[in-house]
Parts: sequence; C-alpha cells; structure tokens
Amino acid sequence: MAESPASLSSKDVAHVARLARLHLDEATVESYRTQLASVLSHIARLGQVETASVEPMAHPLDAVNRLDDDEPGAVLTVDQVLMNAPAREGDFIAVPKVLGGDSA
Amino acid sequence: MSRPDATAVASAIRSGALRAVDHARATLDAIDAANAGLNAYHEVFHEAALERAAAVDAMVAAGHDPGPLAGVCVAVKDNIATTLGQTTCSSRMLEGYRSPFDATVVTRLVGAGAVIVGKTNMDEFAMGSSSETCAWGVVRNPHDPTRTPGGSSGGSAAAMAAGLCDLSLGSDTGGSIRQPAAFCGIVGLKPTYGRISRWGLVAFGSSLDQIGPFASTVRDAALAYGVMAGVDAHDSTSAAVTVDDWQATPPIDPKALRIGVPSQYLRNNDPAVAEALDRALALLRAAGATIVDIDLPMTDHGISTYYVIAPAEASSNLARFDGIRYGHRADQRAGEGLEELYARSRSEGFGAEVQRRIMLGTYVLSSGYYDAYYDRALRIRRLIKQEFDTAFGQCDMILGPTAPTAAFAIGGVTDPLQMYMNDVYTVNTNIAGIAGISLPGGTDRTSGHALPVGVQLQAPAFAESRLLRVSELLERLLSA
Repeated sequence: MAESPASLSSKDVAHVARLARLHLDEATVESYRTQLASVLSHIARLGQVETASVEPMAHPLDAVNRLDDDEPGAVLTVDQVLMNAPAREGDFIAVPKVLGGDSA
Repeated sequence: MSRPDATAVASAIRSGALRAVDHARATLDAIDAANAGLNAYHEVFHEAALERAAAVDAMVAAGHDPGPLAGVCVAVKDNIATTLGQTTCSSRMLEGYRSPFDATVVTRLVGAGAVIVGKTNMDEFAMGSSSETCAWGVVRNPHDPTRTPGGSSGGSAAAMAAGLCDLSLGSDTGGSIRQPAAFCGIVGLKPTYGRISRWGLVAFGSSLDQIGPFASTVRDAALAYGVMAGVDAHDSTSAAVTVDDWQATPPIDPKALRIGVPSQYLRNNDPAVAEALDRALALLRAAGATIVDIDLPMTDHGISTYYVIAPAEASSNLARFDGIRYGHRADQRAGEGLEELYARSRSEGFGAEVQRRIMLGTYVLSSGYYDAYYDRALRIRRLIKQEFDTAFGQCDMILGPTAPTAAFAIGGVTDPLQMYMNDVYTVNTNIAGIAGISLPGGTDRTSGHALPVGVQLQAPAFAESRLLRVSELLERLLSA
C-alpha cells in the first residue's frame, strides 16, 4: 500500500474533509482519525492479494452506454423542480453571492 | 404476527371474499397499536391507503381485476421515492423532502393493485447494519425490543415481522435486505444486480445497490419480485434479460440438486447459526440433494473490498447533497462563500456514520491513494466474481448463514469496524452482482428470547426462478 494508514494524521483528515466538503471541528477530526485508521489498516490486507494480471471490474454488468431513443418525453415542471429548494426567488434558486465575494 | 400471506390476501380481495378497505383498516390499526414501540414506520398514510383500497374494491365490484397484488398492504423503505409523504432516507439532510415522482418499483406495485401504507425507518442513507443510525430514532426488533432488527432496511423488516404490512421493500447494497430478514425471521430477497429498476432509489453504491422484497413466505417474495422485475427505460443499468414466470418453471427435483457449502462460511458462527445451517443441510441431504464442499477463499477479502468500493461510490453519489437545490441548508452567515455553506450544510445534515463513509470514500479516491485502494479493490472484485463463477460450475446454489449471529443488542456494537464485520456473508453477493435470499433457518434461545437466525442461498446472476424454486423447497423442508 502507498502508506501505512496507521500514520494518518489530523492534517490528512482535515485535508480529506475539505475534499469531501465537510465541516469538522477538532474533536471530530480526532475521532475520525482513529476510526479511519482502524478501518484502513483492516483494508490494507488487500495488499496481500496478487492483482497485477487482473483487470479492474467497476460494474457487474457488461452493458455500456445504453442510449435512449432521441424522443422528447414528459419532464418535471419548474415548480416540481424547485419545490424542495431551501431558498427560492421566482423561478430561481437563491444562493449566497458567488462572484466578487470572499470565496471567488 | 399471524396474518395470511400476501398471496392469500390478494386472492381473497380479487374474489370479493375480503374487502380491501377492511384489510387496509385492520393493517393501519395494527400499525397504530404497535409502531410507537417498534419505530418501524416513519410515516403512515392513513387516508391515502384507505382511498386507494376503496379504489381497489371499486374495481373488483365493477368486474375488473385490480392485479396480482390487489389490496396488498406494502411498506416502502424511506430511500425509495414516493409522491406520497416524504422521502428522507432517515436523514436530517432530507427532512421534509417530497419526491416529485414515484420510483418505478412503486409505480409497478401500485399498478398491480398494491396499497402503499407507509415509509419505513432505516440506517441513514442505508449505511449501517442495525438501523441505529436512523435520524428518527432506533428501530426495535419485534422478537426482542432490546435488540436491533438489523439494517439497513430494519424498519421494513420489523414491520413485516410484526404483521404491520403484507409485503415490504428494502434495498441491499451489502446485505441490507438479507441480514434484517435473518434477524427478524422473515424472507428477504436480493435479486441480481440490474434485475429491478433503481429509478427512484436514492443512490448509495450505484454498482452494488438493488431493491428487493421482504415477505413472510417464499411465494410472496416471488410475487412481489415478479411484479417489480424487468428492464426499465428510466434506469440504464436495469438489465434487458427476460424475467421468466418462476411458477412456470418445473419444481426442483432435489435428487438433481447440488448445494455448495463454502468452508469459509463455517467458521466464526454462533452455535445457533451453525446448528440452523447443519439442519438445513441435513434436510436437503435427506431429500436427495448432493452437498458439495466448495472453496471461496476470497470471502475473507470481501469486507475490505466492499468498504473501499461502497464508500467510494457513496462519496461521489452523496456529493449532490450540498444544500442548494434540495435538502438541508445551513443558516447563511455574513461574508461566507458558497463552499463554506456547502460544508456546513453537509456536516449539519449528515449523521456521523454517513460522514465517516464519505470521508473513507473520499480518501480511497484521493490522489496518491486511488491505485492502492480503489483500483486494487476493483481488481479483487473481479477475482471474487470469478471465484463465484467457478463455484457455480460445481454446484447450483450456495448455502450458508446469512449472518454469523442472531440480532445483537441495541447499542451493543459501537466500533465501526466490528459493525462492518457483520456483513461478511452478504457483501460478496453484491460485489459479484449475483442473487441471494435469506430464509428463516432456526432459533437462538441462549438469551432467553427466541431470536430468529437465517440461512442464505446464493445463485448465479439472473437465476432467480431457480433460486425461488430451491427456496420454496428449503422452506417446506424447514417447516416440516
């Protein structure tokens, strides 16, 4: 394996949380560090299996890229699409400022 | 708990001997009396169920056939979209979420005459083996309320076992139908991957997820399966493989049946589980079946492979829950950008186990670890599949325990890894994409309560008719 997972640091966990768009406080980072390290060290046993000559299998079915006929069908209305939006303005979903703000 | 099975209910309603409205009312009364203690249902559709049942009665009165599920009361796991009520996945993230459409399975069941009575509690986003991660409280096992009903489809299994519906729906990504069926003493079928449309099933592990029924008898599971199975234009991974009428296939001649038993399935089982398996094998042998010792050495790598692939797919699937288009949104803070809003919405909306799996999945897919974990797990996935292919050259079906123990105590398993180990006999079915079923196999009395234990049959992909025939045989042998 690339690295012993027991060496998983709080910094690693914070990095993964950022990639996963999760907001974790310090105590949570520490508890996830311990739990993830334990699961990862179990998973590390996969390293014992000889896999060089085996093709990866992403999916149980052989079918690929099944395309629909190019015919219009029933679609959801704007109201149906927006009925679960937490914040709505007219026919739009309201979000914090995207351009010119701190996160831009 | 002594209800007629769904096949008998439908038959009585179609013939006019039983009114669907009376049956629905009796079912709703049973739910009202027992649900507070079990927490099997999150929502119950009193009015809509009675209206629907009245429509079924009107069809019968007018001389029309409402279908093979006429008036049958069905409970639906809360990760399956229904226009009735909410679809929450037992998560605060989806509290109040209303689906604008029905899942294909729901449309097909209702089209066959079924009455949807409610939505059932589950492990949050189907991540768990005990239904304890449900945001709406733990679900209790009808056989002993201090124990879990299993998971993730614990509410559907508990509702079925307690006689609070005629059939229920679960989803199975790594055992989430079969393990709760075993813990609750009922039948739970996980069909072949792609056999039943996933349209309207909130995605967890898209290459593993499959919807299936809980039932009190094999013929009922087959009835529900027959209505739901088959290709669906809405789901490009639903398989265009003909669904044959299992009852049109010849009954199994036990003397021509070869049952494989993997040596890896015989270790680490509680005595009652081992006993149930021994009894099933003895009965099959006495009926003339050949028992074949087989070897599935990759069984030991199943959990590790699963806990790479499933969290990886989950971390990707659950990226859609960002608090923008639907789902929980955190209160906006002055000067805060979109990214921070996503992160706070997600951490407020998702429970601990869901966040743990998102973290694990993100880690194994992240730069520097992808090859060592994810790519390697996909290669081992092929080895697991090949091992089953070889085994099915030596036997028709594989028999083993569904889980190593009977239902464990609520709060009894706190270490995530220990919880994951509960899925040791079920995850490989999903990894390989084959079919599996759990049948009530025996009873564990060591706790003072009579706790059910399950036996599991696994069959090659798309061999459901044969699997159901063998299950019917085993069910008959076990109940004699």
